[in-house]
Amino acid sequence: MATSKIDDPRVIEFDVRTDEMLINMGPQHPSTHGVLRLVLRTDGEVVSDVEPHLGYLHRCAEKIGENLTARQWIPYTDRMDYLAAMNMNLGWSLVIEKLLEYDLPERGRHLRVIISEMGRIASHLVAMGTYGLDLGSFTPFLYGFREREKILNLFEEACGARLTYSYLTPGGATADLPVGWTDKCRQFLNQFKEVIPELHTLLTTNSIFVSRTAGIGVMSAKMAVDYGCTGPVLRGSGVYHDLRFHGEERYTEMYEGYVFDVICADPETGKYPESNYEFHGDSLDYPEIPRQAILGDCWHRFYVRMLEVVQSVRLIEQAIEKYEATSGDWGTPIKLVQKLPAKEAYMETEAPRGQMGFYVVGNGDSIPWRVRARSSSFCNLSVTAPLCQGILLADIPAIVGSLDVVMGEIDR
Amino acid sequence: MSEIPLVSELRAKFGEGIIDVNLEAIDEWVELNPSVLVEVCQFLKEAEGFRFDMCNSITVVDYLETDPKKAAKVDWEPHLEVVYHLSSIATKLTLVLKVKIPRWKNGVEGELPTVPSVAGVWATADWHEREAYDLSGVNFLGHPHLKRILCPDDWEGHPLRKDYEMPLEYHGIRGR
Amino acid sequence: MADFINNIFGIGDSWVGYLIAALIAAVLILHVVAVGALLFIWMERKISGRIQDRLGPTRVGGKYGWLQTLADGIKLIAKEDITPDLADRFLFKIAPYVGLAASYAAFIALPFADGVVAQHVNTAVFFVLAVLGLEVFSVILAGYASGSKWSLFGAMREAAQVVSYEVPLGMCVVVPVMICGTMNLTTIGNMQAGLFTNWLVFNDPFTFLTAIIYFTCATAGVNRAPFDLAEAESELVAGFHTEYSGLRWSLFFMAEYSSMFVVSALASILFFGGSHGPIPVGQWIGETIGGTWGLNISRIIGVGNLLLKGLIGVTVMMWIRWTFPRLRIDQVMTMCLKYCVPLAALGFIGATTWQYLDLPTANSLVGNPRYEKHEMWTEGVEVTPAADASPASGIPDPEPHQEDKTANADSVTVKTLPVSVVKGGER
Repeated sequence: MATSKIDDPRVIEFDVRTDEMLINMGPQHPSTHGVLRLVLRTDGEVVSDVEPHLGYLHRCAEKIGENLTARQWIPYTDRMDYLAAMNMNLGWSLVIEKLLEYDLPERGRHLRVIISEMGRIASHLVAMGTYGLDLGSFTPFLYGFREREKILNLFEEACGARLTYSYLTPGGATADLPVGWTDKCRQFLNQFKEVIPELHTLLTTNSIFVSRTAGIGVMSAKMAVDYGCTGPVLRGSGVYHDLRFHGEERYTEMYEGYVFDVICADPETGKYPESNYEFHGDSLDYPEIPRQAILGDCWHRFYVRMLEVVQSVRLIEQAIEKYEATSGDWGTPIKLVQKLPAKEAYMETEAPRGQMGFYVVGNGDSIPWRVRARSSSFCNLSVTAPLCQGILLADIPAIVGSLDVVMGEIDR
Repeated sequence: MSEIPLVSELRAKFGEGIIDVNLEAIDEWVELNPSVLVEVCQFLKEAEGFRFDMCNSITVVDYLETDPKKAAKVDWEPHLEVVYHLSSIATKLTLVLKVKIPRWKNGVEGELPTVPSVAGVWATADWHEREAYDLSGVNFLGHPHLKRILCPDDWEGHPLRKDYEMPLEYHGIRGR
Repeated sequence: MADFINNIFGIGDSWVGYLIAALIAAVLILHVVAVGALLFIWMERKISGRIQDRLGPTRVGGKYGWLQTLADGIKLIAKEDITPDLADRFLFKIAPYVGLAASYAAFIALPFADGVVAQHVNTAVFFVLAVLGLEVFSVILAGYASGSKWSLFGAMREAAQVVSYEVPLGMCVVVPVMICGTMNLTTIGNMQAGLFTNWLVFNDPFTFLTAIIYFTCATAGVNRAPFDLAEAESELVAGFHTEYSGLRWSLFFMAEYSSMFVVSALASILFFGGSHGPIPVGQWIGETIGGTWGLNISRIIGVGNLLLKGLIGVTVMMWIRWTFPRLRIDQVMTMCLKYCVPLAALGFIGATTWQYLDLPTANSLVGNPRYEKHEMWTEGVEVTPAADASPASGIPDPEPHQEDKTANADSVTVKTLPVSVVKGGER
């Protein structure tokens, strides 16, 4: 590795003491979620220092965005967080709508809620599964993917793609939901609700899982905010902040009239909101918080994701009803070559991994002057180095996995 | 948005440091003199009633029209804009700060323009500034370890500059 | 068997017979190891598939994909055998063989049924444990010789883990040895003949505890999940076999699966009745038919029993693997030192006290006398009245070993009838 032009006092020295070892974890490593590279300085099993190296998946998305029209860039947003591409589409669509000051018809709003919450479930299922995988449990991964496949089938029916959808566009969506889709979606939700306790049994309450995650990688609320952590990582530290509640009006109005909880422990009592959601006449109880768990540790981050899935189910059920009750237009996608005003707009949405922000600067042309994606995983990952000091080697997958990063989004 | 008391308070406290305020923009922004940036940020983070405790993003926009025909029409001189998007979890406010700097330090091509680093105010600014340095070529003074983050360490040039040209070859890989 | 072969050739007490007998035994055990590994890998795939709500292999070899492992084996043999530049070539190359040899050697003293054993060893328990412990050398060699830091990590973990788990493992094994008063696995197995209440696991609550601890420690000792830290793929890439490919890599797998079987079979011999089924059907058939044929039929049934019990043990290990996450290294060591060792000690002390105080055992409660024919079919020994009553049921006459026989008989009589045994039989 060549030296950088700027003198770096923290450049890792290669003449380490004899009892320390410098290990390269990644970019080809099973548990670094893609192509993250961590340079570890270890003393036996104890890791004293971690230095993340990024950029192995850098595809110059922002530079490409300066050469394409707003709608042409949609597929590039798909490839950022490829596990929740629908939510990426939504973020970009909203910021362009904000720039164009375009208001979506009501039916389109409900459609977006259904789709983006489905995307959230699909993404959290992968997060759950891969976290199990990080901790050496293979089975939950396949259970998660089994359910995810069903969501992907529904997405495929709606837009024809299973991974990179390009479905939600500025101005609405490329098409309305097909006839009968909502019934299939309901069917899926009904059987999915029965699976959730199964997933809890496999991981959340499993005692080995608890001993591997509880009390590991504890991040205080102050630290989480300071490092710009968002989404489940922030809420896992007990910070009550969810853009679906507290975001910009343009985004929160999408969720107007919906009833759901922000999954976040009260920092004082350490209690999560009561599960007041019912199915089959029974309350869908949340599992107990284990004794060893400390607010802000890996277990809480995982738990927040698992509970958010329930809230998403709740949202989708409401959204389907509202969607079916409204008729009319679901929105008109903007023209492929749409002139953008010489203004700038920034907007963040609550993507599954945190707050995904897009910044667009127009110059009167159809091609934006500058495009910027504020990646949630990027900020969430920046907390790795301070979190991973003086821990055991086996805790690194546990911590990085609990941050649930997607390298496509980090490197863009 | 209750930006108005914020702006008046900023003006009262920093006076000349506040160059411009635009409340008509989609996202209201305040333009600052780079020299007061860190103090303003520190103030905004700690001031009661604002508490901008989160730095969402740091973006550098390069204003340079490379096409001479279009360049004749634009109403700005070539410059860089460093845009800070701030928000507050405590008060749910948002704010955009802007700092305008020349494209090159002292007009010498290749010398990176400087902006004081806010990594000491928000820890998240660390990586954002590294990314801005890497892709847009802004030297953040006082940054703990400013080095490339997305591009390889020995990469040349800053890709998000408008006049950037892809190198012909990089370690034997054809570039263009 | 050597005598039998020598008798066929009519060459008296010759080394030829011993050589041929050893070869036959070696080949038979090799088949258990190799075919067993094929079966276990296929089983692992099928079981994990079913646990994970999928099918597992379905194509190769018909409906159930039972030839999948063979196909993979052919693929592995055909693959390039890569040695990294940084590796210590000699050690790197022999490491897999050391591992396979260790788990293979353990089979030598493992009685598949009464008398069906490659070599009678009076201290078979000791031998099996010691030889299985040698497997750790292959892992350390592989990790050290690979020239990779991840491999080294795996090797160090394995060394720490296996060495510490041998302590509770040894303490658990002492319990059946103490109750039976012998280290001969055949004898221990035979002492559990009869109804399943005779099994040592049901002897008293402490043996039950010891059996559970034994199985836990054995799982850890052969590096199966949740103790598979040496090859934790999410942390150490693949641990000690990161740099291996092709056939050498598959030898590690064979070693792992065969040692899994060894510890399961050992568990069944020590605690779960060995080659005796829950209901003494094989014994009954053998006695009904009588003679050599009866003996052989009951032996075949015994071998089936033991293989089945071993398979059940392996299946449980697979079930555990596909259900639980992996422990962390410090948790593994904590579990060993803070829980397994004290509990094993408790089991040992408890079982000893139970025997000493002569408290009721499961077989005494159901009024089923134990150990009545425990030496019946042991080679070269004619001690018990039952064996005397049917001399034909002995092994082909071991004439050449006259002196050994008497010496053996004496020693066995003394050794295998300690106070507790006699009492157990009387009750």
